[in-house]
Amino acid sequence: MRVVKAIFSHPSGRIGGAIVLVYLFVALLGAVGLTPHDPLMQYRIDRLHAPTSSYWMGTDLFGRDVMSRLMKGVGQSFTVAFFSVALATLAGTVLGLTAAWYGKRWDTVMMRLMDVLLAFPAILLALLIVTIVGPGTWTSVAAISIVYTPIFTRVVRGPALSLKARDFVDAARTFGSSRSYILTRHLLLNLVAPLTVQVTLALAWALLTEAGLSFLGLGTQPPASSLGLMLSDSRNLMEQAPWLLAFPAVAIMLSILGFNLLGDALRDILDPKTRRA
Amino acid sequence: MNYVIRRLQAFPLVLVGVSVVVFIAIRLVPGDSITAMLGTEAGLLTPQQRDSLAIYFGIDQPWPVQYWRWFTGLFSGDLGISVTYGKPVLTVILERFPLTLELALLSMLIALSIGVPAGVYAATRNERPADLGVRIAAMIGQSTPSFVVGLVLIYILSAGFGVLPTMGVFTPFWQDPLQNLGQMILPAITLGLAFAASVTRVSRSAMLDVLSDDYVRTARSKGAPERRVIWRHALPNALVPVVTLSGIEFGYLLGGAVIVEQIYALPGLGRMVLEAILQRDYALVQGAVLFIALNFMIVNLLVDLAYAALDPRIRLEGR
Repeated sequence: MRVVKAIFSHPSGRIGGAIVLVYLFVALLGAVGLTPHDPLMQYRIDRLHAPTSSYWMGTDLFGRDVMSRLMKGVGQSFTVAFFSVALATLAGTVLGLTAAWYGKRWDTVMMRLMDVLLAFPAILLALLIVTIVGPGTWTSVAAISIVYTPIFTRVVRGPALSLKARDFVDAARTFGSSRSYILTRHLLLNLVAPLTVQVTLALAWALLTEAGLSFLGLGTQPPASSLGLMLSDSRNLMEQAPWLLAFPAVAIMLSILGFNLLGDALRDILDPKTRRA
Repeated sequence: MNYVIRRLQAFPLVLVGVSVVVFIAIRLVPGDSITAMLGTEAGLLTPQQRDSLAIYFGIDQPWPVQYWRWFTGLFSGDLGISVTYGKPVLTVILERFPLTLELALLSMLIALSIGVPAGVYAATRNERPADLGVRIAAMIGQSTPSFVVGLVLIYILSAGFGVLPTMGVFTPFWQDPLQNLGQMILPAITLGLAFAASVTRVSRSAMLDVLSDDYVRTARSKGAPERRVIWRHALPNALVPVVTLSGIEFGYLLGGAVIVEQIYALPGLGRMVLEAILQRDYALVQGAVLFIALNFMIVNLLVDLAYAALDPRIRLEGR
């Protein structure tokens, strides 16, 4: 609760938080079907219609309502972003914590493996995974989370190593706390702050990657809508129908901006080094 | 020196890891490369023809044998033959690499020439409207995906000026510098803008840190003109994190900018790998990913070395 209050008293936190809340609300409306029109319905007679009072953001080549598709698309992009970051956080935390705790050979093996993944060009790794499994929502989730796992592993391992050497961990060990208790209470709880910042920034990056994959035709598959796919569809039509480019472009930009602003605010709030006196 | 040697020792291990992962991954892609290469014509092949093609490309052997053949070939510079291009993989990669390298250099040039002055300017006007303006612009720039920038640029050019950027062709710089720059400038701006935004943010905060240091106060109290204090005393130290950031970003760009190359139909490394994956061109994907990973590691090592050279307080041995 204190953090929420702090976010909303931080200037960029306030804007970022508001943007993210609006998107969540829009995604929710899209998910329960409260869109102005059916996002898949083709109003043939109104093809490539400029924005009007009945189609607030115009219609596309097939006469589908852009606003409804956008709302569905936001939900789609957010679903992929949230699940992939959640998976990457989970995997990265487990790997990073165990690497730091068990050290020695396990640590070396884990960190070399992460080096290998990091040396892979991120988007190409995602592309490779998508082509192996075939495109789709859950493939995007898997691909993005695999790409992001090494980063979380590093974010967790570094601080975990220094925490492990601290006196309070030694103390806990001497009076017989169990390993899992020390790992979760003493290490993990102290890592919540850097993890939260990383999670927020990772969400921005995941949204970007999801849009990129869909843009290349390897993410969400038509006729379902996603922001990247809508942009890609607008490419050949943007001179006749600039609204097909404008709305998804602004929507993608604002969603990423929201998480970036929120991440910045959280870093100011949670990182004691930069905390304002 | 020890540090460099230790880092170099880790190279082969990571590269072997990358090669194993990519070797297995590309073979997990459903479908075979001969069908992907010939399309519907593959149906016309007799089993014997198919077999001899497989033997020619070396994909008739079991995986471990294929890997060993490929791996030992690496030491003599033989990365195999690309199924799609019918040429040695290294030749194909080196044909594409100049474009990717030039694109990376140009975008870094754009990023630094916008980002550093903007960051310094914002830092000297800390918390004033000008600073706020620069920060907002940088935040928006950082949040705009490159394909959005690219599409909007194309739209502005075509709808506003009635011109379409040249696409799909690439003239090497040494053949016709002007034509080359004409083809590269839009992609470079597309990639450079987001890059410039992060450079701005990093140079601003680094500059702010440095400006509150004692030696800057000393320089000021000695009566050095403000411009000299900022550009001669403060900036060199503030550049340390900027070098790190640009180095890492440059390393990424050397891997090819798949989406931007796709938008402008540029024959760069990124798009080549994308096509090679879709074509199941095993040898090309393996070679290219290895090449990109090696570049990335070399650039990262150079960044760390530059870091130490710029700031003698940083000692690499301890890490």
